[in-house]
Amino acid sequence: MSAAEIRVAINSDQDIVSARQRGRAMATELGFSTGDATLIATAISELARNIVSYARKGQITLKMVNGLSRQGIAVIASDDGPGITDIRQALRDGYSTSGSLGLGLPGVRRLMDEFEITSQPGRGTMVAVKKWKQ
Amino acid sequence: MEVPILKQGAVLIATFQAALSDADLNHLRMGLVQQVVKFRSRAVIVDVTAMDVMDSFASRTLREIAHMIRLRGAETVIVGIQPEVAFAMVQLGLTLEGVATALDLEEGLAYLNEKFKTTN
Repeated sequence: MSAAEIRVAINSDQDIVSARQRGRAMATELGFSTGDATLIATAISELARNIVSYARKGQITLKMVNGLSRQGIAVIASDDGPGITDIRQALRDGYSTSGSLGLGLPGVRRLMDEFEITSQPGRGTMVAVKKWKQ
Repeated sequence: MEVPILKQGAVLIATFQAALSDADLNHLRMGLVQQVVKFRSRAVIVDVTAMDVMDSFASRTLREIAHMIRLRGAETVIVGIQPEVAFAMVQLGLTLEGVATALDLEEGLAYLNEKFKTTN
């Protein structure tokens, strides 16, 4: 059994790949289906991409979590970047579907079961998402 | 990580590996268009069977590749999107609008053969 918590430093586009690979490995080890592991890896890819694009550096923390009667995985993306001024707009659907603009946050929210965001302009952003095992 | 590009007659075949970084994708985009020009190719097949994740950047790059190649008068077919990758793409709201897709390499080649036949 590997560590219940893994931290991946995000400093470049190459780190996006390693973060999602570590996430997929952890999800698979926890017993998630291939389909769910792909959803988790995709969410990690988007969150890590936001860090590289908007904050340049930050980190992704992968954690095993225990619910009342279920197990899951938590992904926490944090950075000390410029933060998000208008969170509501960033979460608006359609804001990012072109894939070229926006943060892709509504999509990440759909990929996962739980979604939480805190951000302060000038201080950074933290996005915490969870997926529970079916 | 370099993406190998094979030349098969008038068709170029690019096979993606699992762990492509953004830089690799950008490199591929330029490489493919240059080769289409060099070999006067009529079509490009991009095989993404091995791709673990298709996020917003990868989707956008594929769309851009297809559009650039169309401007050169050639066709692009994306083949091998895995079912779970397709599911994740839909959830994320990513589309490959206006880009031809096929089940696998064989189907992609069959699609192109059919297309060339009718235009000849």
